Amino acid sequence: MVTTITLNKVEKRFGALDVIRGIDLEIKPGAFTVFVGPSGCGKSTLLRMIAGLETISGGDLLIDGDRMNDVAASKRGIAMVFQSYALYPHMSVYKNLAFGLETAGYKREEIDRRVREAAATLQITDYLQRKPKALSGGQRQRVAIGRSIVRDPKIFLFDEPLSNLDAELRVQMRVEITKLHERLGNTMIYVTHDQVEAMTMADQIVVLKAGKVMQAGSPLELYNNPANQFVAGFIGSPKMNFVAVEAADGTAVTLNGVRIETGRQHASGKLTLGIRPEHIDIGDGPGQVIGEARVELVEHLGGSTVLHVLPPFQEETMTVMLSGQQPCRSGDRVALRIERKNCHLFDTEGRALLR
Amino acid sequence: MTAIRRNGAGYLFLSPWLIGFFCLTLGPALASLYLSFTRFDLLNAPEFIGAQNYVRMVTADPKFAASMKVTLIYVVFSVPLKLAFALAVAMVLNRGMRGLPVYRAIFYLPSLLGTSVAIAVLWRQLFAADGMVNGILAQFGIIGPSWISNPNYSIYTLVVLSVWQFGSPMIIFLAGLRQIPTDMYEAASLDGASPARQFWRITLPLLSPVIFFNLVIQVIEAFKAFTPAFVISGGSGGPINSTLFYTLYLYQEGFSYFRMGYASALAWVLVAIIAVFTAFSFLTTKYWVHYDD
Repeated sequence: MVTTITLNKVEKRFGALDVIRGIDLEIKPGAFTVFVGPSGCGKSTLLRMIAGLETISGGDLLIDGDRMNDVAASKRGIAMVFQSYALYPHMSVYKNLAFGLETAGYKREEIDRRVREAAATLQITDYLQRKPKALSGGQRQRVAIGRSIVRDPKIFLFDEPLSNLDAELRVQMRVEITKLHERLGNTMIYVTHDQVEAMTMADQIVVLKAGKVMQAGSPLELYNNPANQFVAGFIGSPKMNFVAVEAADGTAVTLNGVRIETGRQHASGKLTLGIRPEHIDIGDGPGQVIGEARVELVEHLGGSTVLHVLPPFQEETMTVMLSGQQPCRSGDRVALRIERKNCHLFDTEGRALLR
Repeated sequence: MTAIRRNGAGYLFLSPWLIGFFCLTLGPALASLYLSFTRFDLLNAPEFIGAQNYVRMVTADPKFAASMKVTLIYVVFSVPLKLAFALAVAMVLNRGMRGLPVYRAIFYLPSLLGTSVAIAVLWRQLFAADGMVNGILAQFGIIGPSWISNPNYSIYTLVVLSVWQFGSPMIIFLAGLRQIPTDMYEAASLDGASPARQFWRITLPLLSPVIFFNLVIQVIEAFKAFTPAFVISGGSGGPINSTLFYTLYLYQEGFSYFRMGYASALAWVLVAIIAVFTAFSFLTTKYWVHYDD
């Protein structure tokens, strides 16, 4: 029942516009894969190509080894949850859930059994006779998911399904979808622009930019070893700090005359040092001081404190995230301290340099 | 006083409409309601006769029933055909094509011209015994009748003329179709629903408010139809009253025989019929019109 999806040099063109530019990707069987990227990166288009709602301009889409490029959407064994939910407003919840089964010609008893089973799973049994307009956003979302479950598909696709929900409900539904995946074990692909959703839900994250895969891997792999500056900046919140540095001899760089050991091999010339806000400390401790900065703004989050500081070596502020509550005030001067193991280094093309 | 001074400019700008509405619409309408209870030949003062006009209509006027029948046939045939045709064209246009605005304008054109005298004259030529329609039929060896002078067919040429003026409901259908989110169809196609099933289960129900609107408007228009019948039959409603529309009969009574009181009564009966139909239509909406709010 677990299904592999393989993309070989898949392309999509709308007229002269290249939206998807040669994507090679293997979606692991039973994995929860998240496509993430900024708007316009092609993530929804790629999902719709897998669903069969968009034609494929070039390359091959394989599902369990079978080429699917020209197979009708309904024959691919796929169910999809839309951002807008796409519930039929004139049908009751029951009818919405039953529509696909009726279309497929299932017997009435079988339809009833499946609808009630899905409704029980998603706790929407009480609303079966209601119309979608009488439901809250979260309930509509459940119905939309229910509509995909009843058909018992091989693959579930989700197109930004939580973006219409408020923050609290989003967290709740995130957990429910993850649990659903654990229970069903199907291959699922989920599209979002929210990297927190990607990090919390995914087995495998695929970061897209301008129709190309920037990096694919597990959430922690992307966090710890971003393949390029784009992924480094996209994954993680607050965003990674980037500082222009000069290559020095060995595995060191110089920043404003200060020699910093990064532990990474590199050529000579200009480089970019990446350091996450949570990997910068202030005051005394292990690691190396890279300069003294002026605190511009302090954000007290309770569990952590975020400082926006202006270092001596650049015009833009850097972000520092400290755990716990810190007695900092804007105007304070603090020494910024980093550790070698947390340094990322990128060449002028934005490629990460390995340790 | 101050309120009028403060809003004076506003009322001034409203005045053309206010004068038009009260003097040219509401005033004459109320006057005709009074006149419907009188005998009035335009030359002598109206003479109040109670409900006699209305009684005569149902007891002693075969032309009342005949004209009502003609109008009902016209309504029953022309409205569904026109709406079906308008919807079909709208669905074709909605598929997205180059030059859509041009096609939309071309298809809308007959509606602008349709109620004009010139088009009715043209129609008369098309369906005459030696007209273009029979000319085309002759190519296939069929000798067509004189469509407009044969009482069996004449009303249907007017139905066809009405269907040809599908532009206005078509534009409204097109706007309605564009309101239906494409992801409904995408969800349905993932479910394996055929285009026909999508049409019956998604398009029609979601379009039902627009269908309802078009239905009510077109039925009212059809009850009020006058110009084409007047021109094609030369104002007689012939042959043998086969195109004697209710409004045409009303016109004859008023302006040929100067029975203004009786014509007014006929007009108010038409108003009542339209009102009853409209009210009835609204009552049925809960069974077939789906409002998505």
